[in-house]
Order: sequence, then structure tokens, then C-alpha cells
Amino acid sequence: MPIRTEPVTINLGPQHPSTHGVFRMRITFDGEIILDVEPVFGYLHRGSEKLAEERTYTQVITLTDRLDYVSSMSNNLAYVLAVEKLAGINPPERAMYIRVIVAELQRIVSHLVATGFFLNDLGALATPLMYCFREREKILDLFEMLCGARITLSYMRVGGVFQDAPPDFWHSLRDFLNYMPGYIDEYETLITGNEIMLIRTKGTGILSGETAINSSISGPILRASGVNWDLRKTDPYDVYDRVDFDVPQGTVGDNYDRYLTRVAEMRQSLRIIEQCVDQIEEGPVRAEVPALVRPPIGDAYGHVEGPKGELGFYIVSDGSIAPYRFKIRSPSLINLSALRGMLLGSKLADMIVTFGSMDINMGEVDR
Amino acid sequence: MTTVLAGDVIARLVEDFIPGSVKEWNASDVWVKPESILEVCTFLKTDTALGCDYLISVSAVDYIEYFEMVYHLVSMSNNHSVVLKAKCLGREDPTVPSITSLWQGADFQEREVYDLMGVKFSGHPNLKRIMLWEGFPGHPQRKDYLEPPR
Amino acid sequence: MEPIYVPFREANSFYRNLYDLFAEWSFWGVSPIPDWLAYFLAGFLIVFTVVNTVVIVTTIGTWVERRLIGRFQSRVGPNRWGPWGLATPIADAVKLLSKEDTRPEGVDGWVFNLAPLVFIVSPLLVFAVIPFGEGTYIANLNIGILFIIAVTTAPTIAMFMAGWASGNRYSLFGAMRGVAQLVSYEVPMVLSIVGVLLLSGSLSLVDIVEAQRIPFIVLQPLGFFIFLLAISAEMNRSPFDIVEADSELVAGFHTEYSGMKWGTFQLAEFIAPFGAAAIITTLFLKGWDGPLLPSHLWFFGKVCFVWFVLLWIRATLPRLRVDQIMALAWKFLFPLGILNLFITAAQVLVWEDPTTGQLWIMAGINWAVAIACLVGVSQLMSDKLSTRAPLAPVPVKGARGLREVR
Repeated sequence: MPIRTEPVTINLGPQHPSTHGVFRMRITFDGEIILDVEPVFGYLHRGSEKLAEERTYTQVITLTDRLDYVSSMSNNLAYVLAVEKLAGINPPERAMYIRVIVAELQRIVSHLVATGFFLNDLGALATPLMYCFREREKILDLFEMLCGARITLSYMRVGGVFQDAPPDFWHSLRDFLNYMPGYIDEYETLITGNEIMLIRTKGTGILSGETAINSSISGPILRASGVNWDLRKTDPYDVYDRVDFDVPQGTVGDNYDRYLTRVAEMRQSLRIIEQCVDQIEEGPVRAEVPALVRPPIGDAYGHVEGPKGELGFYIVSDGSIAPYRFKIRSPSLINLSALRGMLLGSKLADMIVTFGSMDINMGEVDR
Repeated sequence: MTTVLAGDVIARLVEDFIPGSVKEWNASDVWVKPESILEVCTFLKTDTALGCDYLISVSAVDYIEYFEMVYHLVSMSNNHSVVLKAKCLGREDPTVPSITSLWQGADFQEREVYDLMGVKFSGHPNLKRIMLWEGFPGHPQRKDYLEPPR
Repeated sequence: MEPIYVPFREANSFYRNLYDLFAEWSFWGVSPIPDWLAYFLAGFLIVFTVVNTVVIVTTIGTWVERRLIGRFQSRVGPNRWGPWGLATPIADAVKLLSKEDTRPEGVDGWVFNLAPLVFIVSPLLVFAVIPFGEGTYIANLNIGILFIIAVTTAPTIAMFMAGWASGNRYSLFGAMRGVAQLVSYEVPMVLSIVGVLLLSGSLSLVDIVEAQRIPFIVLQPLGFFIFLLAISAEMNRSPFDIVEADSELVAGFHTEYSGMKWGTFQLAEFIAPFGAAAIITTLFLKGWDGPLLPSHLWFFGKVCFVWFVLLWIRATLPRLRVDQIMALAWKFLFPLGILNLFITAAQVLVWEDPTTGQLWIMAGINWAVAIACLVGVSQLMSDKLSTRAPLAPVPVKGARGLREVR
């Protein structure tokens, strides 16, 4: 005799310890199996795109900081590249090298946060999270040396960077490059071989390559599904064509692959930074750009390979000091469109782990 | 480097396949008629020479007399990008066919354009507001949007 | 005067002396107080002392636990209130007592209020039969172990009461998972205890301690391992804490509780590891026995050591998923428990009253079997999920394999 059961709709509300920000999901369960997922967001919508139309091109940089607040300098870089494309400005060499160093440091920070919180969602009682944050503190100290702020930095400017790095920065950076690989090895020893982690993340939340391309997924998630597409290789900006690095890829596209891709990307970032530190030379760090930039009438799309995916800015200029249209192509919003497909048919515990492995940042989703 | 395909090349190929859809072009962009967006995108996706299998972004710009839809596409196998634009005249109820059936990634982006700009997408499976709540008066990103008085 | 209460004959001499002291009292000219009152007062005083000691040790234990977990996570832990943060438990208690006792609409009144009480009764009751030192116990029940097993199933009903009465879907989820987990892990727990019982020949805890010429952890390694896992699951501690999975269900069955009711849940959660450590010490580590130092100190030291191991496991491991926990109980621990039972029964049958030498042979066989089983099963499980080497950097080929990407 079949037992009649009722599906239950639960609200994983905006306030929840593991939704990585204000994110709401309405999930319909049958027991523990998920039948339907409906993401609801917009709780952090601040209207950045409209606000930018009232601000000068340099003031908009502060708006871009607050998008993906974990990796704010990547946002700055994408925006500044778009404006430079529109206005036809070329930053000096030293500025480009510093930009790349800073962007890769920011990538390491973002992946440390992602990995730490991923393991927190798995239930490891914040111990790996604290270890990841210990290294993040050291990188934030480096950032503080550069421009005085730790999280929302606004360090880039149209035509270069804000100011040159002090001499102490290079010493501390070399020290950091010396000991960081040891710490990544420590994480790998602790976490990658852990049985419980393996059985919980292997084979769960699988995303195939074709679905990923169709859903416009980008970033580590796309590469973990086996697609070889990294903007630093396919459309190099700044000095990425002068440094030598590899692009880690996954095979299956499950949660474990995404975790491993992020850890491998951290190692490659260290490699890039080392080469930049060797190649950098003295020079100006800012091109001659007027304080109120007036790009010619037209539009441009500038993008970077951010830690979360392809972050792009589509800027339309009408010749005045403020952009006419400021459109943000946010990776986290578009990565979310694959969430429903990944979650149907899995269990509640897997849902949290899958969502954590996708590394969504609500500042970027809602803008 | 991702090469940006020249506008006249794309325009010629699209016009050959779907006559009457292309309106104008310049060095980097192609403008098509709004009604034929779905066919043009299907052609761009399935044609082997162009093969644009990845949709980067869907956006809308409010130039007061018309709304301009902008589609950025890229071909992963050939590493070239295409910029497709369409002008929707009029401000009351601009409608454009939805490309969600071709790329699943357009789902949230089209909902956002509908929410903030007011451009409707015909054939979209779930055209609801995404950032703001149902019942929000107006579409904030339009140039003539006035904040309600406090 | 002959005491009329039968169990009193089994009670220890301290209780008897206390009873005699009370029995001689007289209040305001009333003739010596009735013996049931003297019995009650004597018993109450002893129980009061023991319960208070347990609760005070637990509250200091919360401070130690938070400092230790802080050290595991390379941070300091609470150090603000009082010297080295020692007054933190007092601050916690004051905070909880002064909080509003919220009660959401739609809760089932009596059940909602009673659930914390039922939950805290069980860990405290465990201490009624444990010998704290040589001849120091509240009651030497001749069915001591059975009493403990019965009492440790009470949290199941309390958990379900709390989850159901809260009127909250999250709590119900947590409660359902909790009931499934607790019921499943009863079986391996009992199986591992039976191995110990076969060796000691009696259900009374005092007798079990005295029967251990060699500590039973040496004679019953498999039983110890199964019991450790099973009691961790019974207490809902990591890696089995799906019931109160912070990151999934907010707080499981105690989401809707606040103030001292929630404090009662937390207190019970903290007393439980001490209770479990006490049981493990009595069953496997020879209880209060040890050279030189007084027996109470040995007991306390062993309990603290086992408690530290439980804490260590909690601080390090992530949590398992619900179906994996069930699989662990039924497919892994249950067959091992039966195997342990058979081997121990065979050994007891062959050597009826073993000498020390034969005990060591028994220990050797059991350790060999235990290591073979654990290594064998972990190989079986890890063959299905082979640990892959970290991703080696892959040279970039053409995107989607079609054209070379420069």
C-alpha cells in the first residue's frame, strides 16, 4: 500500500548561516529529496547601475568596489579596463604589472574565503575557515600597505593605479611568496584527503560542460566542468601574455572538482606573482589623464577573469563626465541560473554543499 | 586575443541567411530588426563559421526615443566575438523575442532587463520581476523614472 | 531502627552514616524525625552534591572547551571576563537567565515547555550508577548497565517533543533526523557493551570496574571503537551532529527556544560528553583504579582524557550526511559489533576463568581481529572513492579542442 506523502515547501530565508549573504531559496522537498528550487534575491539591490549615471568616471570606481566585496580590486580592474578601451588610454608598464600582482593576490583572497566557507558548510566547525583567514589577514596587510584600506580598496584609476607601492611592500611580498606554498600544502594535507570530505563532495552537484556553456557559466565552475576557457589566456589583458601559467581544469564537474580547481588556481596565482615581481621595472604608475575623464561618444565592453568568473562592464558614453549607461555583467548572477539544474533530485545536505561550492557573492548578484 | 568580428562580415552572412533582418552595421556592431532576433541568434549559434555558442551578456540601453538591446556573444571554438544590437522604438510596452530557448543563461538577465528597464520578452518561461518586488511602480533604470515623493 | 527501604542495604557506608546522623535529629521538641524523612534528607544531600558537582564541572568544561577549540583553530578563545576568561560561564548563565523566554504562536504549550526538562534528565541520571572512586557511588544497582542504556534513550523522545512542538519545519526536520540517528545507534552501542559484560559477568558497574584486571580497552579494542562512535552519535556530536547542523537547519530542534530553555538544552549537550566519558572510563579504562594517587583523582583524570579525545574529534572533522550516518551504523558498526560478540563469546566459552596469561592471549587475538577488520573495511570503502592526487597543472590546449588558443 503506497504511503501518501506531501511535499513540503521550505524557505531557506534571507537570514541563514550558510547562504553566503542575503539569499533566499524556496525549496520543495519530498522527505529529503529536492523537487523544486526557486531562488529569490534582490535583498541587496542598491541600484549601482543607476547611481553610476550620476557620478564621474573616477567616482564610479568606488561603486565597483562594493560589487563583489570579497575581491574588490578585480572589479576595479574590469571597470578601468572598459573605460580605457572606450577612451583609448594606455596605462604605463609598471602600472600594468602592479595591477596583475594585485589582481592575483585578490584572487588568492577570494579563493581562501571560498574554500574556508565551503568547509564551514560541510560542518567542520570553522577550523579550516580560521586557517584560511589566517593567510587572508597577511594578504590584507599587504593591501593596507598599498593604499590604506583592506577590503574596499578603489586602488585602480583610469590610466593606471592610484599610487606606487612602498619599498616595504616588495619585501613583504617576497616573504609571502616564500611561505604561502607551504600553507597551501598544509590545507591540502588537512582537507583534500579527508574521508568525510571526500564522501560528501564527490559525485554531488555535477554540472556537465554542455550545460555550463549553455547557461553562460564562467570562472572556476566552468573550468571544473572540463571546459578550457580562461580569459587570461583567450583574451589577455594587461601583462598576462608575458607571464607563464597553467589553467587547472576538472574532469567531472562535481563539488570536489570545484574545490580542487580553486586550490590549484591559488598555486598558479603565486606563480604569476613571482614572475611579475621579477619582471617589473621602475616607471610611472599613472598615465596623463585629466581628472574629469570625457571619453568620446561610443560604447565598449571590458572584462576580466575574476575569481568568481567573467566580470564585464558595458559602458556607453555620451561625451560627458558621467557614463550614460553602466551595465555590469556579474558572474555570480549568471552562475546562479545553473543552480536549479544541479539541485533537482539531490538531498538537503548536498544542496548546502553545492551552493557553497559555487561561491556566490550577493553583492554581485544584486548590485 | 579574442578577435571582434567586423560588422560588415557578420551583416553579410546574416543577411544572406535571413534576408531583411539587418538594418545597419559599423566596424564592430550589427543592428537587426527586433522581431528577427530569435532567428538571427539561432543562425549565429548553429552556423559553423560563426558558431557563437556562449552568450556573454544581455543588456538594454535607454536612448530616449528607443530602447536598444545589446547582445554580446562569443565563439569558444573560434575565439571571436559578435556584438548584436536591436532598436525597439517606442516607450510603451517594447517587446522583443526571448532567447532563453537557445541559451539558458539568458533567463535571469532577461528578467532583470524586464524588471529594471521594462522591456518585455515574448516566449520567456517565467517573466517576473527579479530584483524588485512584484507591484513595484515603474522601471527604475529608465531615464524618465522619478522617485516617488517621500 | 531497621531502615524500611530495601535498596538502602546496598548503599554505601557514607550514605548510612548520613542517615544515622539525620535519624538522631529532633526539631523543636518533636521526637526524632521519621525515618523516611531522614532517608530522604540523606539521599537528597548526596544527590544534591553530586548533581551540583557535575553541573559545575560542566560549566568550567564549557570554558575549557571553547578555549581548546580556539587553540585548534589557531585563535585564542574567550579571555575577556575574569582572569583568562574564567568568568565566561557565569556571564553566559546571567545572559541566558535575563533573556526573554519567547514562545512562538502555534506551539504545543505543555510539550514545548517540558521538552528541555526531559532532555536534561537523562545525562544527569547516568551519574547515579557510576562509581566515582573506591566505594563512592550513589547506588550500586545490580542492573547498572541496563539502567544506563535505558536512560540514554530518553533524549530521543525529548528531541522529538521539541521538534514537533515548535511548529517550525526546520525543527521537525531536525527532530526526524535525530530520531532516526539515535534509534539506529542504539544497536551498535548495546552490542559493544555486551562484549564487556561477557568478560565481567555482571551488569553492575562497580563489579565491572573490579573485574578489570587488565583494562577492557586492551581486551576489547573493537568494542571500544564501536562504543566511541556510537556514543558520539547518541550525543549528537560532530561528526554526527546533523541534528543541529548549524549550516543547514539553523539549529535543528532547538531553533525556537530562547533564554534558559535553550540554556537547558545546551547544558544537557555539555553534560552528555562528561557522562559518556564517565561510562567509557568505567567500562573500558578500569574506572577509578590506579596506583599512588587517590582513586577520585584517577577517575577525574581519565574522564578528562576521554572528554578531550571526544572534543578533539569534534573540532577536526566535518560532518557526515544523514544517509551516510545510517549506512555507517547499519552496514559498518552493526556487523562489526556482532563479530566482536561472537569472538568474545567464543573466548569466554573456551577459557571459563582466565588467568592473566590467557587474558593477554585473548587481547592479542582481539587486537588482530580489530585491526584486520578496520583496515579491511576502510580499504573497501576507499576503493570506491579513491583519493585522487591534487590537480596537476594542465597545459592549455585549444578551447573545446578545436583550434589552438594563443
